[in-house]
Amino acid sequence: MSEPLLKVQNLRIELSLRDGIAPVIDDLSFELGAGESISFVGESGCGKSMTALGIMGLLPEKVGRIASGTITFDGEELTTVTQKRLRAIRGNEISMIFQEPMTSLNPVYTVGEQIAEVLRAHQGLSKSAAWNCAIELLDAVRIPNARRRVSDYPFQMSGGQRQRVMIAIALACEPKILIADEPTTALDVTVQAEIFDLLNELKRQTGTAIIMITHDMGAVAEMAERMIVMYAGRNAEQGPVEQIIDHPRHPYTKGLISCVPHIMATLNDERYELTEIAGIVPPLREFGQDRCLFASRCNMVSQKCLDKRPPEAIFGDGQRAACWHAGAI
Amino acid sequence: MATLQSLLTRIVYAVILLVAVLVLNFSMMHLAPGDVADTISQSMGGADQEILDQIRADYGLDQPFLVQLGSYMGKVLRFDLGYSFFYNTPVTQLILQRLPATLLLVFTAQILALFIGVILGVISARKPNGIASHFVTILALFGYSAPVFWTGILLLIGFSLNIQLFPVAGMRDVTIEGGFWVHFVDIARHLVLPVVTLGSIFLALYSRLARATMMEVLGSDYVRTAKAKGLSEREVVYKHALKNSLSPVITLAGLQFSAVISGAVLVEAVFSWPGLGTLAFQSIIARDTPTILGILFFSALVVIIGNLLTDIALRFVDPRVGGKR
Amino acid sequence: MSTPPIIPMQETPKARHPMAEAWEMFRGNHAAMVALVVLTLIIITAIIGPYIYPTDPFDMVWAPFSPPGVDGFLLGTDYLGRDLMAALIHGARVSIVIGVAAAFMSVFIGVTVGALAGFYRGWVEELLMRITEFFQVLPTLLFAMVIVALFGASLPMITFAIGVVSWTAVARITRSEFLRIRELEYVTASRASGAKNGKLMFQIILPNALPPIIVQAALMVGSAILFEAGLSFLGLTDPNVVSWGQVIGSNRQYILDASYTVTIPGIAIFVTVLAISLVGDGLNDALNPKLRQR
Repeated sequence: MSEPLLKVQNLRIELSLRDGIAPVIDDLSFELGAGESISFVGESGCGKSMTALGIMGLLPEKVGRIASGTITFDGEELTTVTQKRLRAIRGNEISMIFQEPMTSLNPVYTVGEQIAEVLRAHQGLSKSAAWNCAIELLDAVRIPNARRRVSDYPFQMSGGQRQRVMIAIALACEPKILIADEPTTALDVTVQAEIFDLLNELKRQTGTAIIMITHDMGAVAEMAERMIVMYAGRNAEQGPVEQIIDHPRHPYTKGLISCVPHIMATLNDERYELTEIAGIVPPLREFGQDRCLFASRCNMVSQKCLDKRPPEAIFGDGQRAACWHAGAI
Repeated sequence: MATLQSLLTRIVYAVILLVAVLVLNFSMMHLAPGDVADTISQSMGGADQEILDQIRADYGLDQPFLVQLGSYMGKVLRFDLGYSFFYNTPVTQLILQRLPATLLLVFTAQILALFIGVILGVISARKPNGIASHFVTILALFGYSAPVFWTGILLLIGFSLNIQLFPVAGMRDVTIEGGFWVHFVDIARHLVLPVVTLGSIFLALYSRLARATMMEVLGSDYVRTAKAKGLSEREVVYKHALKNSLSPVITLAGLQFSAVISGAVLVEAVFSWPGLGTLAFQSIIARDTPTILGILFFSALVVIIGNLLTDIALRFVDPRVGGKR
Repeated sequence: MSTPPIIPMQETPKARHPMAEAWEMFRGNHAAMVALVVLTLIIITAIIGPYIYPTDPFDMVWAPFSPPGVDGFLLGTDYLGRDLMAALIHGARVSIVIGVAAAFMSVFIGVTVGALAGFYRGWVEELLMRITEFFQVLPTLLFAMVIVALFGASLPMITFAIGVVSWTAVARITRSEFLRIRELEYVTASRASGAKNGKLMFQIILPNALPPIIVQAALMVGSAILFEAGLSFLGLTDPNVVSWGQVIGSNRQYILDASYTVTIPGIAIFVTVLAISLVGDGLNDALNPKLRQR
């Protein structure tokens, strides 16, 4: 097998808090092939977004840092690369769209300028060429009447349209990887479906690999081939989406799946009882302890879970689950 | 279209404000003890009741309040703000002679304070524990607490008496001869200390606000987007963040125009700057009521024009301002 | 019908009074505490100083321009040979009394206008805010100068002039607080239970709107002191009463011979206003519930 496009190994990201240092990402490894799409799943506060910001080199200044591990993109080590090189990669080879379309666009510039700017910065396009390209991109993300709307300001657009503009910005330079951090959470359900359709279609057209961050299992089933379930900064389980949904090996994954009614129904026409996972994600200061962090919410908990962090149990087709009882599930 | 209309509304509204100032002016003149007849008779060295009545009839002072108010408004419409018996000059002419000096002082101080304030704000927002940030904190305390005339006198002692760097008083050196640039440099040299004195108060205000808004903007989602686009640090800060942090500062500056003029009155008194403030000071000592009221009217006019300019500036900075109203 | 069982009440931990909490917060702020001590000393000086140091500030007591510390005059003498120390001590009263009285007046006007505008909305608000804007257009110092010049330079008139030109900031703050609070649940609840407008305004909304008004009032005292100093610097003051600004104004022609006659009273004004503004900042932090949670 050839080198993957993106390879993250033993990544550890630390945040400095008032009462000490917390590992928000603790020993995370995964791979992403060209054109592949992968999903990060988990409740809020599990470190999904931090992974994305870590790859982009956008961890909050003076607060967050990559403590150890490697992020290899296209043979290049991102953790040690210069700021200048990182800027050349950002928005060009790896780009990102965010959760809040309402606030992610700059209110005082036209959407056209905000798209054209990336093209000028990375592709060296002239002002007019970049502007024309911006119109084409708006058209590509299916904003009607692109030629006129290109000189609109963000406040003249709806949330769904703004997210389309964000997608246009992100895809302007035809990046190799698009990171989408909860791109539809802030939008209406109908608009969500449209955005997913759009992303899927653009992916088909451009062959961009997508890292999709979400807490919505439905979105995972729709968008990704492989998934990574995160819990409290750690990898809980990863593997092919269908295989995991069919047979989760981690109690947390199992809990997440049973929270959603329809994926089960569409996949194998059975209906399970809808449940929820009791309890909450542990606070940041408990991250990094040498035990299973899910133990307090797990119905299979044993003494072993409280004593030692579980290693990853490996199953077929790259499915891995960090649980002492993975084999028994 | 909508922009033009809202600007027109602002102008109509400004005119109403000016009329209100005139009504206030006239009422105060009416209420104050003593009238024009007294002033004239004093300048003639006293007069008997008959002459006083004659003067009152001549000036329409025996008419009812509203009639007098009407004729006063009519005169103002013809740019007639009355006659100064102290200077023996029409008030309008007197004020127009002094206005340029005040405008020069006020606008230079405002623009410089705004410009430097924003730069200081940006620098200190990026390094909240840096020298610039501490300077802003200290300046903010000093700018609020030090009496402006005292600051002026201290600067005068320091930089034109002890170190004779700048002239002590006035706006130009009458003995100087030469072309445009010679006079330009001369006026600029006279302008330095008054502008520093007046500007320091507002610099304190603007730099503190600029720092606060800039810090907020730097943490915003759209700045993160700009970074994620791979833009350079300079573009992120000076293109994306700066333009957003400008509108609160410009709004504040607009609200400060009347305070700047108040400050200018004191600064002019300290540096004998030949503007409206000095004129106001002199005419108050001389009890020259028409001139004092004329100055109040003109300074309100300057504030209103300043506010309109602010409004226009805001439209350039923030596209949301024009559309929403 | 049986009597309901008596549930034994548990002793709840006593909620601390919000003022006690605010004081705790304030005490932690070193700059504000030092400022409070300085301010207290200045106020004590203003009250009892003239009895301890009875030298008349208008008396010629020595040769003019005797520098500080020389010839037994701690702060020296001015151009007429008057004792500067006496001027400072006696002048403190005028500065502080006018400062407090004028601030009180502008807070009174500002709160009334702001409360009515924020409570009644509609045309009342429109009218009152237009009036507020009108006052903002007139340069405050110039307006006050005109009032004092036309109606006489007595201390009450100066106080009135300062108060009447500087209430607009208070009005704006009060109005925005009222606009915010009138929509809160407890106000709606009192309204639903039939509270009269007067009660709603002054017993229910106003107490909750007080913290920012108190802070603004503290700052108003400082700016009123600066205002009075400015007016008396220009000579618009009662010539029979000594004040700090007036000392600077009357000595400023002689800064070449004796700069201390100007610097020293200036320092007195500066320190007083600085202390007030630091106390104001401390109050702001202590009374702001959002900051307290941090």
